[in-house]
Amino acid sequence: MPNRISRSTILLPNSPSILASAAVGGKKEGEGPLREDFDLLSEDTTFGEKTWEKAEMRMQMDAESRALKKAGLHPEDIDVVFAGDLLNQCISSAYSLRGLAIPYIGLYGACSTMAESLMLASLFVDGGIARRAMAVTSSHFCTAERQFRFPLEYGGQRTPTAQWTATASGCLIVGEKNEPPYARAVCVGKIGDLGIKDLNNMGAAMAPAAADTLKTFFQDTGTSPENYDRIFTGDLGQVGSDLLYELMEREGIPLKGRHDDCGLLLYDRETQDVHAGGSGCGCSAGVLCGHILKLLKNGTYENVLFMATGALMSPTSVQQGESIPGIAHLVHLSRKPQ
Amino acid sequence: MSQTKITSREYEELNKKASPGTKSYKTIPSAFLIGGFICVIGQALTNFYMSLGLVKDEASAVTSISLIFLSALLTGLNVYDNIAKVGGAGTLVPITGFANSVVSPALEFKSEGYVLGLGAKMFIIAGPVIVYGTLASVIYGVILWAVGLIF
Repeated sequence: MPNRISRSTILLPNSPSILASAAVGGKKEGEGPLREDFDLLSEDTTFGEKTWEKAEMRMQMDAESRALKKAGLHPEDIDVVFAGDLLNQCISSAYSLRGLAIPYIGLYGACSTMAESLMLASLFVDGGIARRAMAVTSSHFCTAERQFRFPLEYGGQRTPTAQWTATASGCLIVGEKNEPPYARAVCVGKIGDLGIKDLNNMGAAMAPAAADTLKTFFQDTGTSPENYDRIFTGDLGQVGSDLLYELMEREGIPLKGRHDDCGLLLYDRETQDVHAGGSGCGCSAGVLCGHILKLLKNGTYENVLFMATGALMSPTSVQQGESIPGIAHLVHLSRKPQ
Repeated sequence: MSQTKITSREYEELNKKASPGTKSYKTIPSAFLIGGFICVIGQALTNFYMSLGLVKDEASAVTSISLIFLSALLTGLNVYDNIAKVGGAGTLVPITGFANSVVSPALEFKSEGYVLGLGAKMFIIAGPVIVYGTLASVIYGVILWAVGLIF
């Protein structure tokens, strides 16, 4: 049974295993530093489909089928799936899963969805509610642009603080304790908002929530950054990461040197013109399912904190002058069970 | 709690320090050069049309039409946005920018059909420009009329 040690932090004494994971990416992701870590990279950003939305669904389906295959499982072996994405009404998830007949729980956590779905899947398995649970999410640059910003061919300029929505999907399957990596604890984030209104500076909007979740987790568990090989944040980008260091520094918790951001790992900022870094549900999902879990499996890392961050605004709320609420959920992944 | 310790105002200060600014020393000259280049093309076209025997007004109108066509074509060929990435206001301000702002949503939203997609979304960026441009011209006309009454 999960062991709740505070309002936010829940330990997982049964330490569910991550049985398998798969990461799918697009062309730009294939040109980035993590190209070797993806299970599938498509040269064609349409993934052979007629619309961008269909392309994103296809990408998610590819991730799901590959994760199932790697785990040697069939859809009927999965007791529950947690899925979400950025599109209105989470259509990528609903459509990608409509053929699999797995009990479905749809989530909206914006770019934090990978951590949110992994957290819930781990809790369900640890508590014995499910034997095997799937967590999946995706984002596509072209679907996100047309929903949140401008048409693709519109001749606008991006500001230096803007982030690039990743075209990627990640899917993983959590099962009862088996082999490493294990999920040992989760920390449910609280919504944080320090008044950032700029849609082109989401790293700054999410950094306060990230700092709060991290600090809460360290306090609740009596640990510090030194206890972990690496702390991965979702997609704060350069601006958000710098702000996170500053906020944590004020709390007396230095992070620099132990921290990496998925948005900064996925692309080469110098050559790939992504400004402050990558973003989107697929960014942290691709980096977790392709890169981080691989490094945990092969023993490069023993203990890792994975904390994906999300910006919970909509184009409407921003147009009405509202600031951007941020969220960050954390999962402690380890090679040792609890 | 980190959120209670720091105020929004303090955070805004931190954000300003962490956010890199636009490199104006690079962007302004490139906007000037690319915008200027578009104007040179316009002037060359006007001269060319006048050499064919059109009077200045007609030549100007045909030049505008030509620039709109070129911009629409380059938008369709996925080129215009790449020029605009460097050109900034240089590609936004001339009539080519306006054409791009109509053609790009038309292309983008075609997937939702010709009526509710292309037709409805075509002016999603250019619409406000037309509305407030027309309104401004009315106000300007009224001022001109009033000034004419006084003097």
